[in-house]
Amino acid sequence: MTTVAAEGPAEAAEDAPPLAPAAEGGGRWLRIVVPTVMLLLVIGIWQLYTTAGHVPPYILPSPSRIAQSLFADWPILLPALLVTLKITFSALALALIGGAALAILLVQSRWIELAFYPYAVILQVTPIVAIAPLILIYTPTTQIALLICAFLVGFFPVLSNTTQGLKSTDHNLLNLFELYGAGRWQTLRLLRLPGALPFFLAGLRIAGGLSLIAAVVAEFAAGSAGAGSGLAFRLLEAQYRLNIPRLFAALVLLSVTGVAIYGVTSLISWLLLRKWHESAVRREN
Amino acid sequence: MNAVTVSAAAVSDRPPAGGSARPLVSLHAISKTFSNGTLALKDMSLDVGAGEFISLLGPSGCGKSTALRIIAGLGEPSSGTIEWPGATHDVRGKPEREIGFVFQEPTLMPWATVAGNVWLPLRLKGVSQRAARDQIMEALRMVGLEAFADAYPRELSGGMKMRVSIARALITKPKLLLMDEPFAALDEITRFKLNNDLLELWERFGWTVIFVTHSVFESVYLSERIIVMAPRPGRVFRELTIGASYPRSEEFRTSPEYGDYCRLTSDALHAAMAAGEA
Repeated sequence: MTTVAAEGPAEAAEDAPPLAPAAEGGGRWLRIVVPTVMLLLVIGIWQLYTTAGHVPPYILPSPSRIAQSLFADWPILLPALLVTLKITFSALALALIGGAALAILLVQSRWIELAFYPYAVILQVTPIVAIAPLILIYTPTTQIALLICAFLVGFFPVLSNTTQGLKSTDHNLLNLFELYGAGRWQTLRLLRLPGALPFFLAGLRIAGGLSLIAAVVAEFAAGSAGAGSGLAFRLLEAQYRLNIPRLFAALVLLSVTGVAIYGVTSLISWLLLRKWHESAVRREN
Repeated sequence: MNAVTVSAAAVSDRPPAGGSARPLVSLHAISKTFSNGTLALKDMSLDVGAGEFISLLGPSGCGKSTALRIIAGLGEPSSGTIEWPGATHDVRGKPEREIGFVFQEPTLMPWATVAGNVWLPLRLKGVSQRAARDQIMEALRMVGLEAFADAYPRELSGGMKMRVSIARALITKPKLLLMDEPFAALDEITRFKLNNDLLELWERFGWTVIFVTHSVFESVYLSERIIVMAPRPGRVFRELTIGASYPRSEEFRTSPEYGDYCRLTSDALHAAMAAGEA
């Protein structure tokens, strides 16, 4: 027929969107069960090996011994963990704010970028352990020195990712904004920043893990001379005293913290992107 | 068939195409040289009457998109002038071009819903989403997408994304709609459908449309006037008038008259391409 009637529900169905429901079977269960079984298996073999082989706890403590130590030394380990966490999260917060702010500044003008970017790179490529002694001398307290070290490490991934994101804005959308007379601030707020969000979040996930690592490394660099009582300090202390079970307990706490940070940053990323970004949306064929 | 009669009644309200009234926009000897030295457009002159449907037809490199962007105010011409006789001028003496622009890609913000995307032109003018609600829904109704206001662009098909893009261009009620090969990336069925929808909306609302395309068939079906352009350097080669009356429907698409116009236009296009190679 030769109808030219344009609108109507009939052809809305004709080019219907791919909104198919996610049909998933045992995929989700497998994702939880397989790693858990694997973990239990490793711990079991470890336990078996140390008990059957009579391995002394100062060489390799058994998992049960580590758990015991974790429980018994909790009053020592918990405050240490809190100190490390405080440094990690303060550093991460500073890195996120500083990195994003500097990225926004850098993309405003080519001059600013030329002037500042090389220094950001220099700060990044210089090993943090190498600058730590200097920072320790210059800062009033060890805590501030640790904070600066951890910040410097987390800062760069946020900066470089966000800069890349802010530069990757769709040119047609930029034209569209110009066409409708958008100001610089409007373009930044409504177009460049949302567009850079996936990049920023990738930076967040890297920086989250790095901040913890940097906090520990910086504490090592501060050494026993430092007044720090974070987890790294307790690790070193346990090593000097050959208290290997406690050393392992501290290690367990550190890895659990690292995994938790990764999990939380991934969750934040997923929550913010799940509606629209390809990285967070299930692929359906 | 009732849609045809409705729009036929509406068409009488439309000012006569290319009429004697002063043009909406006129281009005088516009040239554009890119920074790499390419002469993209040479001495283009064109008067666009209010209510006209004009197509710019030509092979790639003939400057048709460049011309459209210059009319839109994206990039200044290297020489020549554009006049907007009917437009009011702002404080800085720049003409207030009331235009909508539809790009070849839908160019939607993936993080915003369909309603959020359509709201954009008003949002940039400081209108809140609540205040714009009715206008957003009206624009979406025009393109038949009112049920998808809260969907995200990635959930839509290519044709639907293009409709959203058109709704966004229409929300400001522009006098002039500029379309840069808007349907080139779509399949033929969807393209025909959107061609029909566009014509129907044009007849109903009486804007002026400048439509860039490289399809002979699309340009003949849609336009009153076709500007055939030649490449290297981009220039106006020939101007054709398509006299067939509106409303045009599928009957027109299969009529001998349509075939004749297509042959004529196709010949002009081949001559333009030959001139470009010479």
